[in-house]
Amino acid sequence: MSAQAVTRRWQFWVGFGVAILLIAGVVSYFASSSPDGLDSATLQGCQVVDTEHGEQLTGNCIAQHATEHTMSTSPLADYTIFGHSGTNGPAGIIGAAVVLAIAFGAFWLIARTRRTKD
Amino acid sequence: MTVQITAMHMSDGLVNAPTSVVFGILAIAVVGFCGWRARTELDERTVPLAGLVAAFIFAVQMINFPILPGVSGHLLGGALAAILVGPYTGVLCITIVLVVQSLLFADGGVTALGMNITNMALIGVVAGYSAARVLYAVVRRRRPDSVPALGVVGFLSALVGTVCASMGFVVEYAIGGAAPTSLSTVAAYMLGTHVLIGIGEGLITAVTVMAVARSRPDLVYLLRRDREAVAA
Repeated sequence: MSAQAVTRRWQFWVGFGVAILLIAGVVSYFASSSPDGLDSATLQGCQVVDTEHGEQLTGNCIAQHATEHTMSTSPLADYTIFGHSGTNGPAGIIGAAVVLAIAFGAFWLIARTRRTKD
Repeated sequence: MTVQITAMHMSDGLVNAPTSVVFGILAIAVVGFCGWRARTELDERTVPLAGLVAAFIFAVQMINFPILPGVSGHLLGGALAAILVGPYTGVLCITIVLVVQSLLFADGGVTALGMNITNMALIGVVAGYSAARVLYAVVRRRRPDSVPALGVVGFLSALVGTVCASMGFVVEYAIGGAAPTSLSTVAAYMLGTHVLIGIGEGLITAVTVMAVARSRPDLVYLLRRDREAVAA
């Protein structure tokens, strides 16, 4: 492989990694905070009302049956670090790194079973 | 009752416990089967891309984009993963993302994990990848090495995958829905919003697939699959 081809290969992997870091760490601050298609489907029939205890649902809808998340006390709950506002970026980068580590590990193990079998 | 509106996937409690258990068992079976079959797709050369695709989908799923006033959507990633790394590995990529989101980020209920995996990993990949195979077979005869043509395949297959995945929720709600909203209301609303989300998903998928195909066409599963079939 020529030196130029080696450089281009590195550019691809570095570019992919930088794209992930920018999306998780920077673009995430600009994400819409509106409920998504599924959440708004579960909110059909309800009104969201602001009260002193936070947002409450009035009416009749699917979302009223949602229970508190079992992991809501996780240090990374709701894409923040310990619930601090403005930490979505670092929380996102940690998440992407965790996913990369688990996926790479799992896929490497799967690929290795194939090599030993062949 | 206080609600979290920041959640992106199905929360716990929307569907009754027996239904959640059935889909939990289905998800475990599907993931086991894909783990076994993914051996045909993964080797030293493709493992790094598969890992990065999973991390990329996690990152992009954080980006909710507006589709209607007060309603947003985000990438599901089934077609994207399947086109780049293959359907079995693709199911595993999305599953890893969903498990990390649920356990670490409290996004998507733990008992709803089976249903979220069924909808976004299984249905999203099967529908998205099937559409991609059919469309690419048509495109390949006329424009074998065209990157924009691959982008069109990515756009349409992602749209199909997203709409089908959203219907997974409708089926689960029909089986075990624990609420008063009528099934037809839920189905119509899910279809309408997910056609719009699918357009966003299609654009992200097209841009990403084209970027990888431009610099490393040898790594794109949908392209290399045909080449290896010819060589073998």
